[in-house]
Amino acid sequence: MAKLIYEGTRVIFTKEMKKEYKILIPSMAPYHFDFFIDILESEGYQAEILQNHNFDLINEGMKYSHNDICVPAMLVIGQFIDAIKSGGYDVRKIAVMISQTGGGCRASNYLSLIRKAFIKAGYEYIPIVSFNSVGLESNPGFNISNRMIFKLTNSLIYGDILMQIVNEVIPYEVNKGETMAVYKEMHNLLAKSVSYNDLRAWLMPKRLVDKVVKRFSEIEVDRTVIKPKVGVVGEIYVKYSPLGNNDLEQVLRDEGCEVITPSIFDFFLYTFDSTVHDIKKYGGSKLIMFSNYITVEFVERRKKIVAKIIDKYGFIKPLPYRELKKLAKGFIGYGTHVGEGWLLTAEMIHLIHNKVPNIVCTQPFGCLPNHIAGKGMIKRIKDNFPESNIVTIDYDTSATEINQLNRIRLMIANAKKNMK
Amino acid sequence: MSLRVGIDIGSTTIKAVVINEHNEMLYKTYLRHKSSITTSLINLLKDIQNTFNGKKMFFNFTGSASMFLAEGIKRQFTQEVISATEALENEGGKFDVCIELGGEDAKIIFFSGNNIEQRMNGTCAGGTGAFIDQMATLLDVDSAEVNELAKNYKKIYPIASRCGVFAKSDIQPLLNQGATHEDIAISIYQAIVNQTIAGLSQGRKIKGRVAFLGGPLTFASELRKRFIEFLDLEDVFIPEHGEVFVAFGAALVANETESTIEELIDCVIKYDKIDRRNQKKTLKPLFETKKHFSDFVERHDQAKVEQVDISNYEGNAYLGIDAGSTTTKLVLINENKEILYSFYSHNKGNPVDMVKTALYEIYNLTKDKITIKSAFSTGYGEQLIKNAFNLDDGEVETICHYKAAKHFLPEVEFIIDIGGQDMKCFKVENGVITTIILNEACSSGCGSFIETFSTSLGHTIEDFAALALESDKPVDLGSRCTVFMNSGVKQAQAEGASPSDISAGLAYSVVKNALYKVIRAVDVKAEFGEKIIVQGGTFYNNGILRAFEQEIGTEVIRPNIAGLMGAFGAALVAMEKQKEESTILDIEGLNNFTYKTNSAVCRKCSNYCALTINIFNGKKFISGNRCDKGAGIVSDRHKLPNLYLYKYDKITSYISNKDKLYKAKIGIPLVLNMYENIPFWFTFFDALGYEIVYSNRSSKTIYELGQETIPSDTICYPAKLVHGHIENLLKKDIDFLFYPNIPYNFIEKDHRDNEYNCPIVAFYPEVIGANMDNVDLNTYLDPYVSLNRIDRFIKNIQDSINAKMNFTKKELRQAYKLAIKAYKDFRDDVLEEGKRALQYGINNNKNIILLAGRPYHIDPEINHGIPKLLQSLGIVVISADSVNTYADQKEVNVLNQWTYHTRLYDSAKFISKIDNANLIQLVSFGCGLDAITTDEVKSILEENNKLYTQIKIDEVNNLGTVNIRVRSLLSTMKGVE
Repeated sequence: MAKLIYEGTRVIFTKEMKKEYKILIPSMAPYHFDFFIDILESEGYQAEILQNHNFDLINEGMKYSHNDICVPAMLVIGQFIDAIKSGGYDVRKIAVMISQTGGGCRASNYLSLIRKAFIKAGYEYIPIVSFNSVGLESNPGFNISNRMIFKLTNSLIYGDILMQIVNEVIPYEVNKGETMAVYKEMHNLLAKSVSYNDLRAWLMPKRLVDKVVKRFSEIEVDRTVIKPKVGVVGEIYVKYSPLGNNDLEQVLRDEGCEVITPSIFDFFLYTFDSTVHDIKKYGGSKLIMFSNYITVEFVERRKKIVAKIIDKYGFIKPLPYRELKKLAKGFIGYGTHVGEGWLLTAEMIHLIHNKVPNIVCTQPFGCLPNHIAGKGMIKRIKDNFPESNIVTIDYDTSATEINQLNRIRLMIANAKKNMK
Repeated sequence: MSLRVGIDIGSTTIKAVVINEHNEMLYKTYLRHKSSITTSLINLLKDIQNTFNGKKMFFNFTGSASMFLAEGIKRQFTQEVISATEALENEGGKFDVCIELGGEDAKIIFFSGNNIEQRMNGTCAGGTGAFIDQMATLLDVDSAEVNELAKNYKKIYPIASRCGVFAKSDIQPLLNQGATHEDIAISIYQAIVNQTIAGLSQGRKIKGRVAFLGGPLTFASELRKRFIEFLDLEDVFIPEHGEVFVAFGAALVANETESTIEELIDCVIKYDKIDRRNQKKTLKPLFETKKHFSDFVERHDQAKVEQVDISNYEGNAYLGIDAGSTTTKLVLINENKEILYSFYSHNKGNPVDMVKTALYEIYNLTKDKITIKSAFSTGYGEQLIKNAFNLDDGEVETICHYKAAKHFLPEVEFIIDIGGQDMKCFKVENGVITTIILNEACSSGCGSFIETFSTSLGHTIEDFAALALESDKPVDLGSRCTVFMNSGVKQAQAEGASPSDISAGLAYSVVKNALYKVIRAVDVKAEFGEKIIVQGGTFYNNGILRAFEQEIGTEVIRPNIAGLMGAFGAALVAMEKQKEESTILDIEGLNNFTYKTNSAVCRKCSNYCALTINIFNGKKFISGNRCDKGAGIVSDRHKLPNLYLYKYDKITSYISNKDKLYKAKIGIPLVLNMYENIPFWFTFFDALGYEIVYSNRSSKTIYELGQETIPSDTICYPAKLVHGHIENLLKKDIDFLFYPNIPYNFIEKDHRDNEYNCPIVAFYPEVIGANMDNVDLNTYLDPYVSLNRIDRFIKNIQDSINAKMNFTKKELRQAYKLAIKAYKDFRDDVLEEGKRALQYGINNNKNIILLAGRPYHIDPEINHGIPKLLQSLGIVVISADSVNTYADQKEVNVLNQWTYHTRLYDSAKFISKIDNANLIQLVSFGCGLDAITTDEVKSILEENNKLYTQIKIDEVNNLGTVNIRVRSLLSTMKGVE
């Protein structure tokens, strides 16, 4: 049994724990996060993505967090506590993991808030592992090795591929359920590829990606039905997490739309790139600036390979990060990179360029960065692109579905009208 | 062509229209559905059936409440804004804007060219119609009478327009101060106008030909007039059948689903029978069995204070009057602390009248046998009532409640009081109140919400509360605030929840709001003890009482006079503090009692307090004032050191030299980051030869100047104010407008994690550029800069604004050096004044309050004169940045990465070690970061046995609750000693 070692109120995740403990991870982005399990397991950890999505967990979140904090924090806390209380785990043999960005948005405090909640709930002995790239809180039992970074890079790219293509195919599939069946099969193939610990961990398996994309392109589709295309942008948690956004992707599909959700990968490039921006502008370590710059350049190359393959099979070709970045110019400064920052603005413009003027801009109720980069930019976008049809939806534990749906339907009604 | 039917089901009403192929209206109907949508719909359809029997018709549904229904019965559905647009297009003629207000949603449509833009209100601003209903109940009239009242107004009071809850918080004290119903009615309409503009126009002008739709705008002529006058509209369109206009629009596009009415009725009946409740949002019943219920009732019957017949009593008596926010309560007790007489009534907007009535009744009953030895008032209207009726004194309500609770349970550890408007909780240790928790604006009005809601369903509050006990599937309605609950109810109704499930659900919502938002305790028993008294009128509702016990998992005591506890406590205090003879008006005094109110604006300083002058028997009593000056009292309290006033004067003293020749004029708005950086920027530009022109001092008028360009209605008030300041500057003679983006603040301490500004303070200039058309982007200077490093600063300036100004590097370097020195001097000066204030407070044995907030909280429109109010109570006020250098709070449990937060934690640590001092934290509504800081500051104070007090501020101007909070804090400061 691993000993509990404290640093202040924090329990360290030790090397013994790596062997004995299971790491619980909140469900955030379904297409991407599942790969993490394969990666962590291949690196010798035991891990699990939480699957509890029942309504009670919201109550747990409200109980153990400040109710003015944004809904992603409440949901993550709620999901953890609900799982610990009733997930059937050996509570003395679990740890939890959360990502941390360290930016100027309150989200950088999720880890502290989870810790506070755990103390309040009497689980102060459960280690909380911070997953970050900026050196916040280290743990001897958990280190992000270079090999792991390479695997993660690939897994994010895979997640993006799957998310994009499933969304492009599923509304038009002829045989109901075929896309999801292919998705499962392809997911397993890709999952295996991020589990290798030999040379293959460092490479981008071009042929495998080709095979995957090709397989999707073989699904029988009927594109004679014209469906409005709707883009989903916004705060990272509520944008991707069905728990956070009342299953928005499905809602839109049920309303007869094709959903387009921008890449998560770009968000990670954007966080690295933001550091480059700030050091350049306000000063700081040249070394960090350089290494971040290199990271972006290197990783972009992998994305470009994949983009080519996606294009080859007739799916929408992903825009390189640098190109995407150019779109924000004249709309919002690159210095605004708190939360989703200028990337959010750029994504909306990119969607409009791609003939997807219908957009749901999602944010937690009271989200600070989105006052600026989301709601704050819509007028300017509208002035420049009169065809844009953007609806902003606030997500909250107390917000009602009917109100959200009513506004989404207004947007869709306009989308359909504009198609005529 | 077949007949076409449009059916519009909104949150409170159901409307239907039948039209023929020429679009002529053959039939129309409008009725309130009182929460039973399907039943109302069936009745309505049967009525149509009588007229158009057997015919096949196209049916089209519209309106949010019919969304699920139309899906369930497989009929066409058109979103209501689309229906409204269709109907307007059918009217011919050009429209520029359409404003539609409904029971729950507000919508605006801009028509310009081919591009139609439609918007709906954000989450916070829900429930316009419901809001009018609630306010009408408050005034004890119906919605139509509100309109009649508004016709004879004299004065419009500023009322918060963010949401119904905040507006209500502003109206309650106005009522208690004796503002006339006419003036309140018009102010309610004005609040709706402001809410609509601030929430929906988002940078587009409401002008040209404007159409008004929806119930409130159709029926309330004065509301329309408010819009017309405020927006200066000339061409207004009100459709002939405005109330069914949207249904008409739906009928116009009905073309998908055709059937006979019989078939449709069958469908609806079938649909009604399916259980379509959203199972995941169901809570457990309040009572599992009948036995549970009877045990519960029996147990609570035991907490009793005896009532004795007043006609048999002779001797002394003591009177307590609790002039609460919605109700007036009186209790008269005998020497044995038994109740001789009690009175409980709605204020009906006029507490003075209520008390007068009750006093007459008492005098009639007591005759000469009983002598009132002493009379005390408490509650919101404490001062008003005390002055009106010459009472002996008043006592702060927390103390009164504690006295009363102790009477029932001498060893009481925790008291929770949920009244109509407010919640109050006290923790008692060793006979002293050690913790006071008061709700902030968002949680207010839960109690009265249930009451007005039940009235709107046609139930009395008692019947509605009883319904909760029968519910087997209470519905989860959320707990954020009553606006969200109201919207939750609408969803529940659409899903077919029964009134009993809604009643039980509301009971849970109110309790959860109290527990998780106000008290914020996971385990009440562990944190506050098991000896709990629950009180306040809201706890008469057995559903709420039960939900409370269920949630905290223990039994509590509810006295039989739960709603009278404040008055009872005041009577107990009156008995304790009795003098020889009471000064209360006797029967003769009452006969001669005259009462008149006037309103006025105090001009003795720039706070411009809206005063209500009450004249009782020729004796003036002024309310609404923040300081003694307003009340016409001469004292030297205004000489007490006050860092907020000091800093404001200091910041506004950087004025360009009239005799100097400048190159050009730069406009700087008095907003957000400028309250910290003006010394820097002024000196910087002055050195470079530019004159600085500031925007005017903040005010409601300034706010209104810019409210139509605010893109996000949930943002904080300090940010919303920026728009007005910019408009104000643009009217002045300026060559450039300067408002920089400053993501990184000054580095002040080594133990910090970073030195950010909050995202709003950092990047709001982007929002201004993108949303305010009047801003000329060629002369708008909004560079991204950091003031921390001279080389970087110079580069940032050269890369950005230098294209327009051509400074040399040398000039910039010199100007920077002067500017940074000016800033440092400013900081030193503030610290020096902080030291002086502290010393003064300690030497003269004054209470010292660290009013903790951000630099921009010194703006009097943002702090609502709270610093002055504290001063008038004899308190020395200091700011976080005037003492933050004296301590380092290194142990912070969150990321310490915002400069202003670092100041907050450090100064909190410092103040917590000083006797006679405490901290009040000012928190702006919508400040997401303060959800993090408040808990930290609280724990820093509590470690040193200090009480934590928070005041949430917004546009809302209600100082009543602030007063109570501050007085409660002061009373415990004495208590702690």
